[in-house]
Amino acid sequence: MAAPLTSRDPVAPVLRAFVCTVVPEASDLDEERWSELRRLIALALRDRPAALRRRVRFAFYFVQWLPLFRYARPFTALDAGRRARFLSFLENNPLQTVRTGFFGLRTLALLGYYGQPQAAAEIGYAATARGWDALR
Amino acid sequence: MNTRAYDIVIIGSGAGGGAVAQELSSLCREAGLRIAVLEKGPKLRDDEFTGGELEMSRAVYEDGGGFLTADGAMTLAFGSGYGGSTVVYTGTSLLPPPRVIEHWNVPGLAHEEIARRAQKFIQQNNVHLLEDPLINENNKLFVEGCRKLGWRAEQFPVNVKGCRGSSLCNLGCPNQAKQGTNRVQLPRAEQNGVEVVTRCEVLRIEGKSLLARVCEKPADGKGEPSSWPPGDYRIDAKATVLSAGAVHSPALLLRSGFECALPRLGHGFTSHPAFILVAEHPRPITNFVGHPKSFYLDQFAESDRFILETCMYFPFVTAKSLAGFGSEHSSFLRAFPRLQMILVLACDHVDEHNRVAIDSAGRPVVHYHFTPEAAQSLIRGAIASAKIFFAAGAARVHLPVAPSPTLTAADASRLDAIAADCRFVPGKTAVSAAHLQGGCAMGRSPQDSVTDSRGRVHGHPGLFVADASLFSNSAEINPYLTIMALADRVAETIREEWRALQ
Repeated sequence: MAAPLTSRDPVAPVLRAFVCTVVPEASDLDEERWSELRRLIALALRDRPAALRRRVRFAFYFVQWLPLFRYARPFTALDAGRRARFLSFLENNPLQTVRTGFFGLRTLALLGYYGQPQAAAEIGYAATARGWDALR
Repeated sequence: MNTRAYDIVIIGSGAGGGAVAQELSSLCREAGLRIAVLEKGPKLRDDEFTGGELEMSRAVYEDGGGFLTADGAMTLAFGSGYGGSTVVYTGTSLLPPPRVIEHWNVPGLAHEEIARRAQKFIQQNNVHLLEDPLINENNKLFVEGCRKLGWRAEQFPVNVKGCRGSSLCNLGCPNQAKQGTNRVQLPRAEQNGVEVVTRCEVLRIEGKSLLARVCEKPADGKGEPSSWPPGDYRIDAKATVLSAGAVHSPALLLRSGFECALPRLGHGFTSHPAFILVAEHPRPITNFVGHPKSFYLDQFAESDRFILETCMYFPFVTAKSLAGFGSEHSSFLRAFPRLQMILVLACDHVDEHNRVAIDSAGRPVVHYHFTPEAAQSLIRGAIASAKIFFAAGAARVHLPVAPSPTLTAADASRLDAIAADCRFVPGKTAVSAAHLQGGCAMGRSPQDSVTDSRGRVHGHPGLFVADASLFSNSAEINPYLTIMALADRVAETIREEWRALQ
């Protein structure tokens, strides 16, 4: 993820499946919004240490391939229920490294989705510099 | 290598650096001294404070607000730029209770003196209580919930002037209402002749010289370019004041090889670990208009080690703070206009595991381990918050430490029983900290501390610390006024000892 995350990046389909599991409403995003979501994530990672970016990429591969052992399918091939159960397994894992890894990916997914002004507007958040004046 | 020479160099421009710069600035006129403030971050123009969540986080916070502890279990939020963290705090202006300063047990430092010195900054920063019409329902519901429970919520004095209630304090006030050092102390210091150099990171201290690097303004970055051309600099200074904050001040001294002489360097780090709790009311309330942090509850600080504060955050931060994912998680976000929020802060104590270190590249690494006491404080604070939410009429509460995080009004009567099943799980529950303290603590000797009670680094004449890293233990309250009072004391010491320092 050193370079901007494009739709052709091998991680992109995993990211998409992951985001749709974390934020179900993301399934309704159009390609422009998905592109913006990927751009925001890439921007958030751009200035972070290279080791962190490598860990993020590794964590997405981990999410994609670990379900093979349980469901005989990669993450992107699972149905929504199994995806959610698998992510719950990561979130509640006894190993703190696994939990924090999941938390990091979840944070990126939420950043990409809720960091978009359109998403903020959709949930009714409308803070502006005008403050009280905007209500009057 | 470019070279520069100053009489006094101040590293960092937040509450500590800004206060020292202002207090020493008259020396520029009176005695012709050359004083510089070196600030790692940029100086933003007024029109660049847009209130956009991600855009502003990237511009005004270290690592965009995502600086993580070594194990990734806690996010540390601290400002980076002209004004430091005073650009991104909410302006809440309190002093610690006398028992805290007594517990610090720093020889020659009394609560009375901190309170006296803070008065100057209370005046300068227009600290006052907001008038009732400017208090939003998010805050009023907190007061009402506390009242129904028989608890006494207190109003925060805040340092705003012409607050329009944007609620965007933590992203830098878009209306320039908050009276941080970027609005008050630094402009005064500059008027008196202090030079403030932005985008200038001090890499090492070598005797009486500083090695620093000035960076170019990124093509897509906010803020003005540095007044110095990009490149590496050797800066000579007769006196140096470290005010880079509780992460960067110890890290700079560690990078510069001071740990051999100062074995306590980096130790004693505390942070008031905190999490954001959210409740949904049956009707829309005013929450993202109005000052976000007008009330607090500290009556359990001594007995149960937690403080509750009102708060209101932005969509991404709120989403991150809720446990879990999926439709239940989304349902809280989709109720945003009906959300009430409370921030739970644990009053953590100095613990041997918790310290600032550096990695092989010299970057700061913060090791933080949640003690069982801190975890219990967070759980107790969460349960108390849930009681306040329900007493104020919330329909449901999100309690990230509960086995099932969503509680309904039917659970209100059995919160104490639920508390027994609550668990704080690092890496699962979103925890962040913005009150970073310690690492260059004051004390008696190099065996127990890094500086003396006046911020002089043990064994290094001419080297001072003036920021929250001086704190010998947790302040148990929002720290900026205490930092300014201590910085005032450091500045006075430099003035008194200037002849000898030369």
